[in-house]
Amino acid sequence: MTARIGVVTFPGSLDDRDAARAVRLAGGEAVALWHGDEDLRGVDAVVLPGGFSYGDYLRCGAIARFAPVMSAVIEQAMAGMPVLGICNGFQVLCEAHLLPGALIRNDHRKFNCVDQPLRVESTATAWTSAYTAGQDIVVPLKNGEGGYVADDQTLDRLEGEGRVVVRYVGDNPNGSYRGIAGIANERGNVVGLMPHPEHATEELTGPSTDGLGFFTSVLHSLVTT
Amino acid sequence: MARVVVDVMLKPEILDPQGQAVAQALPRLGFDGVTDVRQGKRFELEIDGEVTEERLAQLRNAAETLLSNPVIEDYTVRVEP
Repeated sequence: MTARIGVVTFPGSLDDRDAARAVRLAGGEAVALWHGDEDLRGVDAVVLPGGFSYGDYLRCGAIARFAPVMSAVIEQAMAGMPVLGICNGFQVLCEAHLLPGALIRNDHRKFNCVDQPLRVESTATAWTSAYTAGQDIVVPLKNGEGGYVADDQTLDRLEGEGRVVVRYVGDNPNGSYRGIAGIANERGNVVGLMPHPEHATEELTGPSTDGLGFFTSVLHSLVTT
Repeated sequence: MARVVVDVMLKPEILDPQGQAVAQALPRLGFDGVTDVRQGKRFELEIDGEVTEERLAQLRNAAETLLSNPVIEDYTVRVEP
């Protein structure tokens, strides 16, 4: 028996298929969840994938945050269920206030699409335990509104509590404050990041297989807890 | 019928790349003397019936919950005469 990981599809989600594939490659069972669903079909964890939910209208993730499925996601996340938000999913988690701060337009105003070096700074989350602290990885980064912002007090708290999960290595690709690429909530079960680990899970299609660790981490944490 | 206008602006400390782009485009077109541009959003809400204090309080709640993200944005709500 393996863990069941739900992947939510919103109208405008793009990377739900790749996220489901990454779950399967890691050895889990991927369960498709629909934005209009009220319940989570008994999944053990949830991935909010990348894309442009609701056309990015109003603000990225602002309308998805009120989708019917999100009530259950928020409730379960607060109860400790692992939730990973990738790119647009990270924006949804910030809009839902499950994670602090917000994502704004890249400081250089251009859409970014690069193989991005990252440093894994926290392995104390449900989604990064398979890495070693300080490990450098390369996964694709592709966004127009990936600049992570928060007030200084929030940034200091995130750093002080070890909740910066991944940080950009080298040039800052989008103006994110303090080079922050991904963060966790206090408990470490909710993680959001702009880069796309689900696109780096197979040699054939990715720049590396470095992203697989996010998905093996959560399977491991679900089996051992 | 009444109209309630909600203006949403990025907080002053948040970088506004779109506003910067507009600020840089203005002098190229010969519009000089603009020292800074901040770009925001304006929502026009058409309201059925009278806008009571209670309705206005609900709309302020809507502005705070959906129309703006208080983490990065400020909003104002006013009844248009």
